[in-house]
Amino acid sequence: MAVVFEKPKALLDVSTHYCPGCTHGIIHRLVAEVIDELGIVDKTIGVAPVGCSVLCYNYFACDMFEAAHGRAPATATGIKRTNPDKVVFTYQGDGDLAAIGTAEIVHAATRGENITTIFVNNCIYGMTGGQMAPTTLPGQKTETTPYGRDVKLAGFPIRVAEMLATLTGACYVERVSVDTVPNVNKAKKAIKKAFEYQLAGKGFSIVEVLSICPTNWGLSPKESLQWLRDNMIPYYPLGLKKDTTEEVV
Amino acid sequence: MGEKVLMKGNEAIGEAAIRANCKAFFGYPITPQTEVAAYMAKKMPKIGRVFLQAESEVAAINMVYGAAGTGVRCMTSSSSPGISLKAEGVSYIAGAELPCVIVDIVRGGPGLGSIQPAQSDYNQATKGLGHGDYNMPVLAPASIQEMVDLIQDAFDIADTYRTPCMVMGDGMLGQMMEPVEFTERPAKSLPEKAWAANGLNGRTEHNVINSLYLSPEVLELHNIHLQKKFKAIKENEVRYEIFNCEDECDLIMVAYGTTSRICKNVIKMAAKEGIKVGIIRPITLWPFPAEAFEKTVGKTKHGYLSVEMSCGQMVDDIKLYVQGRKPVEFYGRSGGMIPEPIDILNKVKEIVGGVK
Repeated sequence: MAVVFEKPKALLDVSTHYCPGCTHGIIHRLVAEVIDELGIVDKTIGVAPVGCSVLCYNYFACDMFEAAHGRAPATATGIKRTNPDKVVFTYQGDGDLAAIGTAEIVHAATRGENITTIFVNNCIYGMTGGQMAPTTLPGQKTETTPYGRDVKLAGFPIRVAEMLATLTGACYVERVSVDTVPNVNKAKKAIKKAFEYQLAGKGFSIVEVLSICPTNWGLSPKESLQWLRDNMIPYYPLGLKKDTTEEVV
Repeated sequence: MGEKVLMKGNEAIGEAAIRANCKAFFGYPITPQTEVAAYMAKKMPKIGRVFLQAESEVAAINMVYGAAGTGVRCMTSSSSPGISLKAEGVSYIAGAELPCVIVDIVRGGPGLGSIQPAQSDYNQATKGLGHGDYNMPVLAPASIQEMVDLIQDAFDIADTYRTPCMVMGDGMLGQMMEPVEFTERPAKSLPEKAWAANGLNGRTEHNVINSLYLSPEVLELHNIHLQKKFKAIKENEVRYEIFNCEDECDLIMVAYGTTSRICKNVIKMAAKEGIKVGIIRPITLWPFPAEAFEKTVGKTKHGYLSVEMSCGQMVDDIKLYVQGRKPVEFYGRSGGMIPEPIDILNKVKEIVGGVK
């Protein structure tokens, strides 16, 4: 009998701690499928962030690091520079990457560090219970913006993909979403491309993945997916932001 | 025998690390240790090793975390304000039990302080730097030759115990030049790094470099394990020098690094005035050489005098081991000022008083 669907080998056979409806599970799966398809689990080293996906070192089957908050790109740099034959990726949320870790991600990108970052943007700090993230949308209510994010007080959300795409060292930057099946498929293609670029030694690659947080948004998973489409995609437009390979061609 | 060369302290640190097979250096410029990074930038790429100037001290120590976690010998160096920034990373490194070497070429503080030599990072270094229950071995050389030897020892200590290990000098040791000899060191037998997360390479269980233990029971067990390790370090790695107080003496100065050299001059000056002073020179600041005080507490008439380029930070540790049996006095300069032998002598005379 042919097996048509199974757990990727790059994911360990354990249950995750993610809330029901959370899209981290899908994104984990996409990364793991890519690792399987490229046959690189033996030489891949992942770096987990601080935040909801802090425990992803328990889920990926490859060797893993747990980094300090925001420092994953620096940790990944240390790993990759001393192990250039390995495939190194960071898996980071928006609080981790776009607030406390802004310096680390910007400089890893501008150095053209030959690593891959999976950046999961759900517009909120999930693990600590739903506080404002640098990506929280104007007017969005969180624990620390109870009246909605007032841009006069809290400033504007950061468009990470667009920002990093301005850096010469970044070779591949794309924003994707996992709200629909076609978008999940596109997300996987982007993640695969990011890893392939690293394997080819092209430099820094990042895929920003728009993700949902039903628990802290106070919405059902279905409502959350609609909220992502109605609010996040207009502010964070999907698509390719930079591909130096295509520019050259 | 090795070759004898005249070297600046900071450059000697770099050379010693290279000879200790340090495979990667991550740093950030800060006076008065920048020459370490400059030396590594010049030498490391030529021998196929890694030099990287990080965007911050924070990033540099997290690069060390990454490299060390793959089992690679690596180091970073900085000076006081930069060491404060590294504190977060050092705590993670201690928690995840990764071997690495951290050099602190201390300058005056607090805050941006000065760029002149000081010893005012004593508390920060000996109390572990960052958050959580941990200690870190701290080696304090008094000459550039000793700096070279201790850098190489620091890598071995780090590997033996899976711990960050600090070598703490001051701006004086970093900036001055002295002749040093690099001798061939016999290879030490060190534990294998089976824990390293450097890719499965056919291994069936993945390795994880981590300091997170959500269950308090498990974290407590981890802490108990760490404490056992710190106890072993205390038992095996204490280093100190005792000078001129093997027999009865009037007073014993306690000083490390640059100040210990100044104090050795004071010994001669005091002898001319008929005062016998000795010196205890801690080489490991943590673990602190408790036994040096056990050995001498019965021999010193007027107790101990802590001489520092800081405001008495070592006094508490001395008192802890003297346990009230003898007085513990203090003389120090701070902010980048260096104690003059004559001023230390005057303090000695003040303590020894009319007894002579």
